[in-house]
Formats: sequence, C-alpha cells, structure tokens
Amino acid sequence: MATLLAVSFLTFLLVNLLPGDAINALIPIEAQQDQEYVAQVRAEWGLDDPMLVRYGKWLGDAVRGDLGDSIVTSRAVSGEIAHRIPVTGELMIVTVVFSVLMAVPLGVVSAYREGSRIDQFISGSAQFALSVPGFVAGLLFIYVFAMKLGWFPATGWTRISNSISGNLMTVTLPALSLSVIEVAVYARVVRSDLVATLKEDYILSAKSKGLKDGFILFRHALRPSSLTLITVVGLNIGLLLGGTVVVEFLFALPGLGKRLLDAIFQRDFMMVQGITVFVAMVYVVVNTLVDVVYLVVDPRIRKAD
Amino acid sequence: MGAAVDTVEPTAAVRRPWIRRFVAKMPWTTRFCASWLIVIVTATVFADLIPGLADPNYQGFLFGDGATNEGPGLSHFLGTDNNSRDILARIVYGARVSLTVALAAVFMGVVFGGFFGSLVGFVRGKTDSTVMAVVDVILAFPGLVLLLTVVTLLGRRDLVVIAAVIGFLSIPPYTRVARANALSISRREFVTAARAIGTKKRTILFREVIPNVLPTLLAYAMVNAAVIILLEGALAFLGLSVEPPTSSWGTMVNAARVDLQINVWPAVWPSLALVFTVYSLNNVGDWLRRLRSVRSAAL
Amino acid sequence: MAGTLLEVENLHTTFTIPAGEVKAVRGVSFSLERGRTLGIVGESGSGKTVLARSVMRLNLGTNVTTTGTAIFEGTDLLTRSPAEMRSLWGSEMAMVFQDPMTSLNPLVRVQRQVTEHLCRHIDLSRSEARQAAVDLLKEVRIPDPETRLRAFPHELSGGMRQRVCIAVALACEPSLLFADEPTTALDVTVQHQILNLLSREQTDRDMAMVLVTHDLGVVAGRTDDTMVMYAGTVVEHAPTRSLFADMRHPYSEALMRSIPRTSLPSHTRLAAITGRPPDLIAPPTGCAFSPRCPYVQDRCIEETPPLVATEDPAHRLACWTPVGSPEGQAAFQKNLASGLPQAVAVDISNPRPPTRGVEVDS
Repeated sequence: MATLLAVSFLTFLLVNLLPGDAINALIPIEAQQDQEYVAQVRAEWGLDDPMLVRYGKWLGDAVRGDLGDSIVTSRAVSGEIAHRIPVTGELMIVTVVFSVLMAVPLGVVSAYREGSRIDQFISGSAQFALSVPGFVAGLLFIYVFAMKLGWFPATGWTRISNSISGNLMTVTLPALSLSVIEVAVYARVVRSDLVATLKEDYILSAKSKGLKDGFILFRHALRPSSLTLITVVGLNIGLLLGGTVVVEFLFALPGLGKRLLDAIFQRDFMMVQGITVFVAMVYVVVNTLVDVVYLVVDPRIRKAD
Repeated sequence: MGAAVDTVEPTAAVRRPWIRRFVAKMPWTTRFCASWLIVIVTATVFADLIPGLADPNYQGFLFGDGATNEGPGLSHFLGTDNNSRDILARIVYGARVSLTVALAAVFMGVVFGGFFGSLVGFVRGKTDSTVMAVVDVILAFPGLVLLLTVVTLLGRRDLVVIAAVIGFLSIPPYTRVARANALSISRREFVTAARAIGTKKRTILFREVIPNVLPTLLAYAMVNAAVIILLEGALAFLGLSVEPPTSSWGTMVNAARVDLQINVWPAVWPSLALVFTVYSLNNVGDWLRRLRSVRSAAL
Repeated sequence: MAGTLLEVENLHTTFTIPAGEVKAVRGVSFSLERGRTLGIVGESGSGKTVLARSVMRLNLGTNVTTTGTAIFEGTDLLTRSPAEMRSLWGSEMAMVFQDPMTSLNPLVRVQRQVTEHLCRHIDLSRSEARQAAVDLLKEVRIPDPETRLRAFPHELSGGMRQRVCIAVALACEPSLLFADEPTTALDVTVQHQILNLLSREQTDRDMAMVLVTHDLGVVAGRTDDTMVMYAGTVVEHAPTRSLFADMRHPYSEALMRSIPRTSLPSHTRLAAITGRPPDLIAPPTGCAFSPRCPYVQDRCIEETPPLVATEDPAHRLACWTPVGSPEGQAAFQKNLASGLPQAVAVDISNPRPPTRGVEVDS
C-alpha cells in the first residue's frame, strides 16, 4: 500500500516536471492570446495550485476510481483504461498460460535427462530464445505467418464478444511473440529447480518404494518446483507488461500499452499518469497474489505464520 | 568422494600466457560469442577511422552511391535501406548507441548501486530500510513503462540523455544485488575479526566488504548489459530512443517494418546484430559465472 | 524358513567423475539368510552406504557402474531391467534412510506417503489403504494415527518421522530391509527406541535386515553377523558375538577403541584413528589400512591380505598381523620401538598393551 502511494506520487512528480506547459495541450497556440481565457482554463484544470494540493486532489479522486479526464479526448481516464483492459489482459493471460504449458514439459524433460543431448538442445535453445526481443520475434512471425503463409492477420484486433474464432486469430501471433522469452525463462527455472529437487533424499526414498519415474517426477518432484515457478511468473509480470507495449504497437492492438504510447506522443499527461499508476498497481497486486498463492500451496509456510 | 576434489590439477609443464589458458577452457560457442563481442566493440571504437563510416547517413560505402532498398552486394555488403543509406554503416553506429547505453547502465549500476548496496548491507538499521524502500518503489514500476514515461517527459532525446536515464534506472537492481551480498559478507568471520581489532567502519567497508561484493556484481553486470541492450532496442523500436537520424538497431528495425513486403534485409541485419550481441553477452556471462561457481566450490 | 536370501559376490561399484574413477566398493562378497540380520560397520566414506545402494540398484546418476553378482531369491539383481527392479522395490526389498528430515517429501501428507506404493504393489482400494496406513502407524507405535495421517512431515518430530519412514518401508512386507544409518540423525534418547522398533519388527516379520552404521555400539546386541568395512573392502566378517569377544583386525580394534567408555577414569584420552581415510581414486597398494595401522609391516604395504577364515571358520579376516596373534604383538612392539606415530598414539591412550578380548559395553 505504501509502495502504491509512493508510486503514484512519483508518477505525479515526474509528469509535472514535464517540459512545456500543459496549457499547450489544452488550448491551441493561436487561442492563447486571450489571457483571460487562458487564466480561466488554468483555474478550471487547477494548474495554478501548488503541486502538493493538486496531488492531494488527484489522489482523493483516484481512491474513488476517478483518475481524471484525458486532456486530449476529454474522456475519463478510468473509462479508457477499463475499455482497454480486456485486450491487454487477454494477451497476457494467453501468453502466461501458453508459456507455462510449453515450459513445464521442456524443463522436466531437460532436468530428467540432465546432461544428455536433449538437455543440451533444450538449454541451448532457451539461452538463444532469451536473446530474441519481442519485436524481432513478432516481425518474424508477421513475415512468415501473415505475409508469406497468410494464416493470420498481420495487425488488428477482434473483440471476443464479436467473434471467438476471429479473436483467436488476432491473439495468436502477438501472444506467440511475447511467449518466446517467457517460455525460455520458465523452462530454465523449472529445469534448474528440478535438477536440485531430483537430488533430494525423498526422491530416492520414493524410488525405493517402487514408484514409477513419471509418477515421482510429477507427483513428488514437480510440486516444490512449481512454487518457484509461481514466484518467477509473478516477478516476470513487469517484464511482460513492458512486452505488451511493444507487441501492441507492432500489431496495432487497441490495448493499454498502445494507449500509453499514444498518450505519450500526444503529451496527454492525465492519461500517462493514470495508466502508469494503474500498471504499477497491477504489478503490486499480482505480486501480493503470488504471496497468497504461495501460502496456500506450501504447507510449511502456512503453519509457520 | 571428498578426496576427489582435493586432487590438484597437474601443473602445466609449459606455462602458457594466462589469456590462452583462459581461452582454451572455453567451449567453442563461447569462443565464438567472445569473438563477436570483440569485433563489435572494435568496430564501434574505430568506426570513425574508416572513410565513409564516419557518417551514419553515408550512402556510398566504399564503392560509390547506392539505390534505395538495394539487396546485399559488393558495393554495399549488407545492402541499403529505404533512404538508400548503407546498412552496415548504420549497424556500426547503432552498436555505438547500444554499447554506450549498456556501458552507462553497468557503470552507474556498479558504482552507485554497488556502493549504496554495500553500505546499507553493512551498516543496516534505518539507513538500510530507507534506501531499500526507495529501491522497492522504483522497482515496483514495470521497467519499460517507467522508461517510456521518463524518457518522454524529459523531452530531449540524445544519446547522453538516454544513457543517463537508463543508467539511473539500473541503480536499484544493482543496489539490491549488492546489499544481499554485503549482508552475508558482513556476517563472515573476517569482518567480525576486523571489527574485533578495532578497525574503523569506513575502512572495513572499503577494504573488506566492497572488494568481496564486486566479483558478484560484475558477473551480474554481464547479464544485465544484455537486458539493457534489449530494453534500449525496444525503446528505439517504439521510436523513443535517440532521435533520428542517429541510428539505433531498434530504430532500424522499426523503419524497415514498412517495407517488409519489398525488402526484408534492412530488418534482418539489425535484428541479427541485436540477437547475436545479446546472446553473446548471456553466453559469456553464463560461462564466467559457471567458472566462478566451480572455483568457489573447489575451495 | 531357512535358506539363503541374498548372495553378493565380488561386488565393485565405481563412480566416474572428472578427477578420475572413485572405487567406492572394491570386491565385496557376503551372504544373508532369510530372517537374519547383518550389521555393516565402517567410518564415513568406507563404502557401506554405497554397498547397500548398489545391491538395491538405487545409486542415482549415469556415472555409476556396478559389477559382480547379487543373487536375490535365485536371480541376479544386477542384470534385472529397471521395470523388474521397480516391482521388487518396496514389495520385496525396502530401505530406511539416514535422515528422516529429508527423506519424506515436505509437501505431501503422511497418508499418501505411506500408502501410495501400497496401492501400486498390492492393489488396495482407498479406504482399505487408509485402514492399512492406520494399522501401520499403530504398529510403529505412533499415537493417534488417524490425526497423524493428515499431517505434513514438518509437523512431526524427528523420531516420529523416522517411525513413519519405517512404516513406509514395512508397508508391503518386504523380505529384506536395508536400514542405512537409521539413527544417526536422531536424538540419543530416540535412537534406542528406533533401534528396538526395528529389531522387534525384524523378529516379528521374520524379515532379513541389513543394518548400516558407523557405530559399533548399534550392532552389538542387535545383529547376527557383523561386517567391518574399510575403503570399500571387507576387513573382518564374523558372527557379532564372536567379533566382539575376539576382535582381530587392527581397524575393528581402532573403531572399538574410539568409543568413549564410562568404565575408564574421566579425562582418559580418547583414541582417535590417526590419519585420514584413503583416496579412493588411487587406493594405497597392499592393505588399504596400512598407512594408519599401528601394526603395519612391509608385507602389509606390498601385498593385499585376502579375506580368509581364522581358526573359527565363521570368523573371516583380512590381515597379515592380526591383533592378539604373535605376529601382531611382535609387529606392534617393533613399531613402538621405532616410534611409528600411530603406534605411539595407541600406546599413550591405552597404557596396557592391546590384548585379545576387549570387553563390550552394554
């Protein structure tokens, strides 16, 4: 909570250090000759108040869910955010689910056959995939799957309420582009964690009971490793949020990241402020959530508290 | 089996120079990656000496003028872009941006982050909680989003500003790494021993704690440099890194995006340069870390 | 029910590591009859745990090679396929591990850990398995078994956890149980209880048991035979009673002497074994114990003594200068005279010259 407060204040501070008066965004330069009108607008937007007062006002509204109005479109920032959450949210959920589904088997195989050719191949590929930024992967996918093969549209978004299959078509390539790095990160985590777990005594003791390797791997070994994976997924949300900005820009998706970019180019400071704070909040909430999940999954912590 | 670790490597009869012994231990992939990094660094440092490369807008690299969107060929090794500029020249200049930014981040991170982290990890108490609270707040912003906001708000976007902003933002993670290390080092016997004989706190910090934090920090720097280069690439791709006409790999990819149907090369080359540089940093960094952990395990 | 259950012949186990080949077990042979108990004693790194795991084929990793034969109920374990081994593990042969803190999965409830292999080997329904688990926990004297079944391992004490491990091992009524230092990680007060529990179960079920330990005191009253191991080889193998009555190998004697005695006056110096266990990558020539042996002679360094029967055919020994023999006496006096450090150390800690028949503490 304190973090959130500090984050919002820092954002407010940054935005207000913005070079160039916000008045330029509100009134066309030609109209600024009219001093009286300018003064009126300034008062209306509260631009003459000391910064702390303005922050207090903004914070008071923000707590009630009102992040102010966009300077450019005059629409409510919170409304714009709500309108765009489904796009970014879906993109992130699809990416995380797909990445985990891909990464766990890869990590398990790699750890189970530690040092073998298949492990070397998977680990090597993961190290390479870590070096491919989302926009390079995205561009490659667009070139191959949209331009050459024509399987998917290169840009644009179909809302899930309009057409489920159309939605799937538009989410696939962006999610894949984001997944390249995520799969690599998760697979490496699962592998290194599982390699350590497999050396534990309780794995040997499970083996000495005559249990099958697959059963030991998934019922005994993967459980502790899944805890680590949850943490890493949580910590990686920040990276992923940054990734969505790039991918939404590349695929022209009407998401939160694209809106932030537009706001930045338009110098729409209310919008920038609102989205930044919102994103930071999501990040903090997700990480708190991770702690809660941890509490539920790990009996040792549950009892210790 | 403990006895196995004790066996000392047979001393080489002929003592080769350390650098060759060092290289001899590398797997071939790592050798390749290290060579690539050396090439890239040399190219950026000496770019100005090669006629034609001195100008990132140069059109007639070595063998005269080129047309727009020329494919790779003898006159322009990597072809030309849609402004008929030589791609190789622009890649070399793009490398300059990527490396400067990475260097700035590593430098500021190691110097300031390393110092603050070691300090608060060593003294603990109130200073520690205050500094770490600030660090936590900055880290609560998703990296790219914060970078976007700060870079835009600063308005001016030349190499110095970009490097300074990215450098500043890389202080918190280094602080965290340094602090964690300093905490464990401060509990070790040699620090307690130094305290017991009445050594001044400042002396202990600079003589005992910081020198022991530094190796870990440098290993982290290698991997961090790769992350920073990716970050700068993304920023440039969004059109928010150094302003044109200065070239940056991300900017080049973004510019080439429009003409992807006509000519893929202007997008391929900077992408490859970016991917290979990042991969090389990760690969060499991982190798160094493995080498270190083997050495400390042998102690 | 008599007859040989397990017959191990010339077993070698080698780990290949970058520094070379670690020969952890070097030519061990022994046999075990149904319902009998065998104690394997030796210090850390003597290969006793590796031996137990080799017989059970439980050595992890791809860098291990085991040669020789281990005939269990008529077939060689070392040539069995992994699937065949799996059907033996748990049901025919089971193992209790050293540290109950780490040998139970911290994230899995006790009930599942006790019953998961029951369902596999004996094919019980859920409620039957639960009832079997309750019975098992009762059998290993865990109070309030219904509640304990729902517990996670960290909610139980160390002794309680080892009882659970024993219940796990006994679940499918194996005919052979390996207990690998089952009490080393436990409090002294609990050690006795666990050992007594193991002995009782062993007798009740007429199960053969191999008890691996570094503590001679543990095997004393509880095993039929005892095997002393050093550097991957057996140096002395005898019925436990006869071993304690007549300890012949200098290493066995040294182990015995390093147990603190309450019968001696306080501040009596405890005799540690001088030197370190040998490097198993390049074991010393001749007798492996020779560098640390107070009785060492030239012959010991040149020639490896074979494990042969003494006057008592059941008492087998691998030594050129056994304790208490005229050769041994002479060798010791000679070494003492020439000031061999390990001989002098023994002499200081033990004012009387070593004689046959060391008394046993109970």
